[in-house]
Amino acid sequence: MAEKIGVYVCHCGTNIGKTVDCKAVADYAKGLPDVVVARDYQYTCSDPGQEMIKKDIRELSLTRVVVASCSPLMHEGTFRRAVGNAGLNPFLFQMANIREQCSWITEDRHLATERAKAIVGAAVMRVAYNEPIEVKKVPVDPNVLIVGGGITGIEAALQLADAGKHVYLVEKEPTIGGYMARFDKTFPTLDCAACILTPKMVFVGQHENIDLLSYSEVIGFQGYVGNFTATVRRKPRYVDEEKCNGCGTCETKCPLSVPSEFECGMGKRKAIYRPFPQAVPSTPVIDREHCLYFTKGVCKVCQKFCPSGAIDFDQKEKVVDLKVGTAILATGFDLFDPSRIKEYGYKRLPNVITSLEFERLTHASGPTGGKILLKNGKAPESVAIVHCVGSRDRNYNEYCSRVCCMYSLKTAHLVHEKTEAKVYEFYIDMRAFGKGYEEFYKRLLEEDVTFIRGRVAEVTDVAQEQSEKGKLVVVAEDTLLGIVRRIPVDMVVLSLGLEPRKDAVQVAHTFSISRSKDGFFLEKHPKLAPVSTAADGVYIAGSCQGPKDIPDSVAQGAAAAANALSLIDRKEVELEPTVALIDEESCSGCKICVGLCPYNAITFDSTKNVAEITVALCKGCGVCVASCPSGAIEQQNFTNRQLLAEVEAICA
Amino acid sequence: MALAHPDRQAHSLGEVFLQDIYRIPGGEKIKECIQCGTCSASCPTSYAMDYTPREVIAALRAGMLDRVLKSNTIWLCASCYSCTVRCPSGIKLTDVMYELKRLAIEFGLTPKRAAAPVLSKLFVNIVDKYGRISETELVSKFYLKTNPFAMLNMIPRATKLFLRGRLPMIPHKIRGTSELKKCAGSMSEPMIAGLRPGLGAKKAS
Amino acid sequence: MNKAYDKSTRIVCKALDVKISELDDWNCCGASAYMSIDELKSHLLSARNLALAEKEKKDLVVVCPACLTTLNKTNHYMGENPRLKRTIGSALRAANLQYFGTVKVRHLLEVIVNDVGENEIKARVKRSLSGLKVAPYYGCQLTRPFGEIDDKEFPMLLDRLLTWLGVEPVNFPMKAKCCGGMLAMTSEKVGLNLARGLIQNALDNGAEMISTICPLCHMTLEAYQGNVNKLFGTKYNIPILYFTQLIGLAFGFSRKALGINEELIPSQPVLEKYLEVVR
Repeated sequence: MAEKIGVYVCHCGTNIGKTVDCKAVADYAKGLPDVVVARDYQYTCSDPGQEMIKKDIRELSLTRVVVASCSPLMHEGTFRRAVGNAGLNPFLFQMANIREQCSWITEDRHLATERAKAIVGAAVMRVAYNEPIEVKKVPVDPNVLIVGGGITGIEAALQLADAGKHVYLVEKEPTIGGYMARFDKTFPTLDCAACILTPKMVFVGQHENIDLLSYSEVIGFQGYVGNFTATVRRKPRYVDEEKCNGCGTCETKCPLSVPSEFECGMGKRKAIYRPFPQAVPSTPVIDREHCLYFTKGVCKVCQKFCPSGAIDFDQKEKVVDLKVGTAILATGFDLFDPSRIKEYGYKRLPNVITSLEFERLTHASGPTGGKILLKNGKAPESVAIVHCVGSRDRNYNEYCSRVCCMYSLKTAHLVHEKTEAKVYEFYIDMRAFGKGYEEFYKRLLEEDVTFIRGRVAEVTDVAQEQSEKGKLVVVAEDTLLGIVRRIPVDMVVLSLGLEPRKDAVQVAHTFSISRSKDGFFLEKHPKLAPVSTAADGVYIAGSCQGPKDIPDSVAQGAAAAANALSLIDRKEVELEPTVALIDEESCSGCKICVGLCPYNAITFDSTKNVAEITVALCKGCGVCVASCPSGAIEQQNFTNRQLLAEVEAICA
Repeated sequence: MALAHPDRQAHSLGEVFLQDIYRIPGGEKIKECIQCGTCSASCPTSYAMDYTPREVIAALRAGMLDRVLKSNTIWLCASCYSCTVRCPSGIKLTDVMYELKRLAIEFGLTPKRAAAPVLSKLFVNIVDKYGRISETELVSKFYLKTNPFAMLNMIPRATKLFLRGRLPMIPHKIRGTSELKKCAGSMSEPMIAGLRPGLGAKKAS
Repeated sequence: MNKAYDKSTRIVCKALDVKISELDDWNCCGASAYMSIDELKSHLLSARNLALAEKEKKDLVVVCPACLTTLNKTNHYMGENPRLKRTIGSALRAANLQYFGTVKVRHLLEVIVNDVGENEIKARVKRSLSGLKVAPYYGCQLTRPFGEIDDKEFPMLLDRLLTWLGVEPVNFPMKAKCCGGMLAMTSEKVGLNLARGLIQNALDNGAEMISTICPLCHMTLEAYQGNVNKLFGTKYNIPILYFTQLIGLAFGFSRKALGINEELIPSQPVLEKYLEVVR
């Protein structure tokens, strides 16, 4: 049965019309096989333009439509919708690009018109082979998985839970709060970090829509957008969360103290512990590697004294499956390890500390009760703050870690506030980009901090003169003066850069997302889609996407929640229609396609000895289609017949 | 040393310098200098330099390289490579210093009475002659040329060394000196459009 | 000036069964001096040595870090820059030489520590030097710029070797800082200031002797120690021994055989305090 093709050649004002003789192209199209109507029009994408097409479909019983205009990226969707509204399957429509690929690349009218004719001819020949594809819709499970309970994860969880959605918040550590829980004050407002964080933590712990799975990790993630299954391993705390009332008696009675990770090893905790007093959940956890019962079979004092009988040494690891429709990754960052830069003296020289160790020193509930002290217990008379440790450096991390300039200023402020010490800050550039940031810099200038523009070359204990004996000498060129300066100080604070977490590789692999060159999770588009990923339904937020401060992390947490909400409230999501399909009879079972799929959409069925595509995961990239040596895979709407028809038409 | 090839003299010092620098793998990194000063602060002799290592690159950017060459800076470089290993932009600053030394000699822009170029040139002459260095010849010729009176002060030490057999009087000449001359003579650098060859390629084409 | 290094190297390698043979007709590598005058000819000098070593099918072992760096530089740059490779290759051909890039250039210290190893060395120690405090001095070009054999800022190869010999290596933060090298001759005050800083740091950390792995460092620290004293009013008198001489001493060889009687600053007063025959 012959098709009835309608062809519409758009002028797009002068964009196409100035260079291409659209009337001539339309006339040419009229002479092509099966074309029953061919018009040229000024702005086909406009309402009247679309109406004209719809009218022709209805009155002339068109079976195929070709619009020759701009790039499909612009208006393929517009015209598909219009065609669909007129009762014709949207995939029986073909777009021919005679603007970006024709009128915009030459000023030669003759050349452009001939080329436009060829392009339109190809589209006409191809569209005859277009099949009516039905777009599959899948329901979206309204549950959301959030991985990571730092400030970003907390923000996302609260937004979604307040919107009435059910959230599973999975956190690796025994408590939520992330790095922010370890900070003393935050820039530029000098808000107490715990004071603004802990209320949010409490809301999370109490929210009826949030299921908090702490001390747990996601070990598997299967499925497709709207329909995921997350496998979560719940590590045993050896304390029953239901029975524990958070009284803390066990912690007090435990006889064993070990270095506390929360305090960066500068303070101690017990073998049964909560990382910090405001931990959520407030259930302690037993450290199996040190606990006297687990290592030597003795003690059990905690169990003896627990008023609610919550200690359970036989608790086992649990693996649970969660059904969710979307996931938000808010797994955070790690700090650069400064012992890699040997010339800075970390771990080699005493009183060279990291920015995080400084936070713990100045924190009121830290190991020194908030006093900034040297290893010998005295207050420092001079402190040097070193910028860009492990950042902006080809030898370590090339990127700038964004937050260090600001937190270095904060550090300087805290030293100034709590001690009489002279503060020196060694920087290359001062990056004060945010709201109130430049003003904060000005404030520090007023606080008599000595700023030296020069990257620190080394921190040494080799004295060149009397004033340097017994001190840490920071060596940097004062580039604004052109003189190398040696500044003797008592304490050196290294402003560490941020890095992707050590397990970022595994997490990315588990969720089938990519990472960028610097190892952070890759967003779909750096400007327009910073919290989406190439994996539909999986979002990223916070510093796992790249170094950022708390305001930006919170903004991204809320953004990811909004994205998830948008998907959930749509109730259904359309799957990519132009997927690849395998003809089982032609499949030889060579498995070449299986490893090539960037979206892990192809599996191998060993009983049938054929490869199978999970249509919901397929994004229609075409890699498997091209790779199949048997030609057993074809892509919907890009079949060999369609493509060859185009080629033949152009070559004719 | 022979004068610079006329082709090279047609360009500015900075342009010639940059073209030579690109011969070193990673040489183009010099454009990425963020003027952080790590090199100056790592350099054990920068305290005595007229221009610190960082200022050398700043001078290059300002088109003022000739001032640097006429200063004492480059001849105080001991090639300890501290700058090179610490530079966050990966600039091979020590190799840059070597290139500046070569340019200074090529264009006759060494500071008056600079001893280091004299030492290097003597070294090269001796190696060309024997294929190996003769420390005795090097040191004696060097002091004769730069500071003959100092030689008198050195006689006690020289005697001590001689008596301990540490002052070889007869230089060892290798078989391959003519071989090396032949190789140097036939060395030709492939021309790349827009790029000038180094000194060694003068003899070709 | 390096006969002691030469003698002690040969004796020690023989004792350790490290089979070395002098590269036939090797030429000077040119070090920093040649590179300051003519880059391509400098590479040519290194390339000739590499080609000759390749012909003998052996790795090239050097006892001088300047040679190590110069030869390695040519080796690496030729591998990374095809244009340089072609230029040098065409030059070598005039002498019927070719270089295929297969030679590894190594420093004897690294060969002894990594290839021979702790057990073999400890087994041959006949004399106890226990209690002798030595500052292990690496200088600048052993680990810089390539950093392939040890840490660029705080190397440990020599420290380890010294402990295997029963000697106590002192904490020496300036162990890899520059001695000034040729600057001792061309800019005496600056060059010797560096040497002064090193010697002072070694003494401040309790060293009675400094051990080196580079003949130029040895000369600067030893032969010029008197000049340092004159220029800066110091009274240094610390002996400098090559690491191979220390190994030889520990292995029981005579001071004469190791060239220890050729030094300007006698090491005998220090060694006397500790030398004991163990076996």
